Amino acid sequence: MRVRLTAETVHSELVHRVEEYSGQDLMACYQCGKCAAGCPVAFAMDMLPSQVIRYAQLGLVDKLLESKTIWLCAACQTCYTRCPKGIDLSRIMEALREIVMYEQGSHMDYDGLSLEEMSEWPQQAVIGGFRKYAV
Amino acid sequence: MTESNGHNKRVMIIGAGIAGMQAALDIAGSGYQVVLVDRLPSIGGHMHQLSETFPTLDCAQCIMTPRTVDVGRHPNIQLHVYSEVEEIHGEMGDFRVRILHKAAYVNWELCTACGACTEKCPQAVPVAFDRHLEMPRVLRTGKMRHQGTGKAIYTLSPQAVPKKPVIDVEHCTYFQKGKCRLCEKVCPVGAIDFEQEPSVSEERVGAIILATGYELYPLEDLGEYGGGQVPDVIDALAMERLLSASGPTAGVMRRPSDGREPKEVVWIQCAGSRDPELGMPYCSKICCMYSAKQAMLYKHKVHGGQAYVFYIDIRSAGKRYEEFIQRSMEEDQVLYVRGKVSKVFRENDKVMVWGVDTLTGLPTEVAADLVVISPAMIASEGTRQLATMLGLEVDTHGWWVEQEDNLSPLETSRPGIFLAGAGIGPKDIPEAVSQGSGAAGKVLSLFSRWGGPPDTAE
Amino acid sequence: MKVSYFPGCTLNTTGKGFDRAVRASAAAVGLELVELPEWNCCGATFPLIVDNMLELAAPAHVLVAARDEGGSGLVTTACTTCYNVLQRTNLFVREHEEERDRINDFIEAEYEGEVQVKDIVHLLRDDIGFDAVQERVQKPLEGLKVAAYYGCMVLRPPDEVAYDDPDHPQSLDDLMAALGATPVDFPHKNECCGAYLAVREPEVTREMVYVILRSAKAAGAEALVTNCPLCQFNLDQQQTRIRNSHAGYQSVPVFYFSQLMGLALGLDATDYGWSRHYVDARPLLRERGFWNETPDAENGA
Repeated sequence: MRVRLTAETVHSELVHRVEEYSGQDLMACYQCGKCAAGCPVAFAMDMLPSQVIRYAQLGLVDKLLESKTIWLCAACQTCYTRCPKGIDLSRIMEALREIVMYEQGSHMDYDGLSLEEMSEWPQQAVIGGFRKYAV
Repeated sequence: MTESNGHNKRVMIIGAGIAGMQAALDIAGSGYQVVLVDRLPSIGGHMHQLSETFPTLDCAQCIMTPRTVDVGRHPNIQLHVYSEVEEIHGEMGDFRVRILHKAAYVNWELCTACGACTEKCPQAVPVAFDRHLEMPRVLRTGKMRHQGTGKAIYTLSPQAVPKKPVIDVEHCTYFQKGKCRLCEKVCPVGAIDFEQEPSVSEERVGAIILATGYELYPLEDLGEYGGGQVPDVIDALAMERLLSASGPTAGVMRRPSDGREPKEVVWIQCAGSRDPELGMPYCSKICCMYSAKQAMLYKHKVHGGQAYVFYIDIRSAGKRYEEFIQRSMEEDQVLYVRGKVSKVFRENDKVMVWGVDTLTGLPTEVAADLVVISPAMIASEGTRQLATMLGLEVDTHGWWVEQEDNLSPLETSRPGIFLAGAGIGPKDIPEAVSQGSGAAGKVLSLFSRWGGPPDTAE
Repeated sequence: MKVSYFPGCTLNTTGKGFDRAVRASAAAVGLELVELPEWNCCGATFPLIVDNMLELAAPAHVLVAARDEGGSGLVTTACTTCYNVLQRTNLFVREHEEERDRINDFIEAEYEGEVQVKDIVHLLRDDIGFDAVQERVQKPLEGLKVAAYYGCMVLRPPDEVAYDDPDHPQSLDDLMAALGATPVDFPHKNECCGAYLAVREPEVTREMVYVILRSAKAAGAEALVTNCPLCQFNLDQQQTRIRNSHAGYQSVPVFYFSQLMGLALGLDATDYGWSRHYVDARPLLRERGFWNETPDAENGA
């Protein structure tokens, strides 16, 4: 089966939302891959960071909403710092997380957390984690 | 001075690289006087540093020396090397140019180019011609020491025209500490002159050609690629010197840190080019071709080695260029990995390259023995100042601004001043040479319109 | 020199020991830290959605407190994550008028970015001077081969937060040298440790931490030092997992910069948070004679 690209799918409402929430121009990315090359979590991702933008450029945002990749971004800003086009990929990752969470609610298993674990973690890990993974 | 209607039919060409030399030969060959100025001690520009050229793999010095020798000998070409333009006044037909001739501390009238001074000079110095490479040398004691590949008294290369040495004051023991003067002792004709002063002369010409050329973006400014601090991370011109038969290793493939033959060599493309964030949004045009060439030359020297080129796109638009790229893959097994490198760092005796292959979606790394960076091409130092002197414009990146991009690519906004070569923007050798002839044509057309015999200096 | 101090939630709770060390060391080098009388958590991450005004409200509120109650116009923090959030928020408020109005409306204040935010290591380097710190060192940490780990927050995005070279930072290394230690340079000093990924993806964090620790040890480090309490936690705690998954791995202690400062300045380091370390740092300190012996030395805090 071929993926059909049309004017409507390439500029769908979902794509617009990603661009709007992230403030990034998706078409500015020329897929050099430097973000993926430097991403410290890329080894654990199911698609490369640069492929996240690629799928969005092709209008295939649904695929991204199902990916593991967007939940693995640590917002370390290495991608943004090194991108020759100045694209803030970490914002695109956050935009995608927000879109998923608006539909599906928080992405954290709160019941699975033990009080013991939580008391070990530095405060900022709990707050940061909840901020990124919860609505 | 003889003038025809106030139109001085002499031309000044600033920059004696291949574009400037071509223009000089075309105009001088038509019977007119040329004043050719270059800031280096000899002519030929960057092409003189190259090992072989693409797509033919011709030896650069072999195809160039007939040309440099012609320029050096031509009765109609007055050569001012080791000189810089200080001031320019006047208009087309009557430009008055003041030139500073730097002190070489060697009397070139007496010098016979025997080379004894350079040979005996005890001060090994990293030289710009070899991109400041410091190569390991095993001493008689067995210890390894790194030292520059040139000397404090030097000619740029064995084929230099003119083949007259200059003294690098910053590294000369006599100028820095008051000792030595060995060159003076060994010179058979007493040509060394530590008291020599710079001098100034004035030339009057009717037209000017700007062939100021390019430089490479410095590795020091590429922090994620080692910032110029890792010995086995070098730039493309340094690789040319290592590959060149007349280079510091006589063309034997050795890496700077320990002199070993590198088995895994990585080329990193687009280091600074196509990078609006770094202020260089343009493509530098020649790097895809020269990295393929270097990878092939490397493989021809190190049969068991592997070459990797980390690229974003391959740009091979010239005549027989695409075939050349395909040859690098098919005949020399160069592996092209599509993905821009994020980080390069030293790990023990290897240089780790962290990249990605976007085509498979895999983060990749290479434990390289040697890394060659293809830096962005930038305008030659001093171009902006020259532009101000001339009342001309350079763009935000320092390239000369043409009168009109499409149909007047070699003219400037001032009549009588023309452009040629890489000073206008990145380009390869055939283009630079064509533009040299093009600018010469513009000048000859002017001179022809003015009519009358060619003008001499005095 | 008197400066407003924002401890941040971590240094106020799990990292209280580090905070005590910060205050004491700062005082010992002439940097008087005046804690803001009222403050709230900065939010721990800078919101990356462009119109997330709510997440900006918390750090903005801190900045308002710094302006109104601080007095010096300058606020500092010893947690690089807090520094990153406050600094980025401050710049955002200065540059975006419409959003600034919305935030001000919500927090009921009129803030335009009047305050200056400076990380404490930056202050020590540029305002106090590492030379001045060195002069006050009583017990130099001679021979301690320590790798300074910077993490992300104090370096990126460079044009917003960096006061050091983002690829080859030196400030924390230089501070260690001033304390008499031997800083060990290594290529992953600016590689992300995983940060809050520790909460959801402990195995991923483990591997990210391993890259950093391996690199530091390969460069000859016998300990690491950092200035972000979450980095300290990750680099420290993950070693328990790393020992199980990477055969032959030998743990190394991970210090908080203020602990080493306090020790070198000859202060009583008893309650600088030693018992919270997963890799006990005290044996190495005792072995080298850096540990300030006091009657309660065994208990820690």
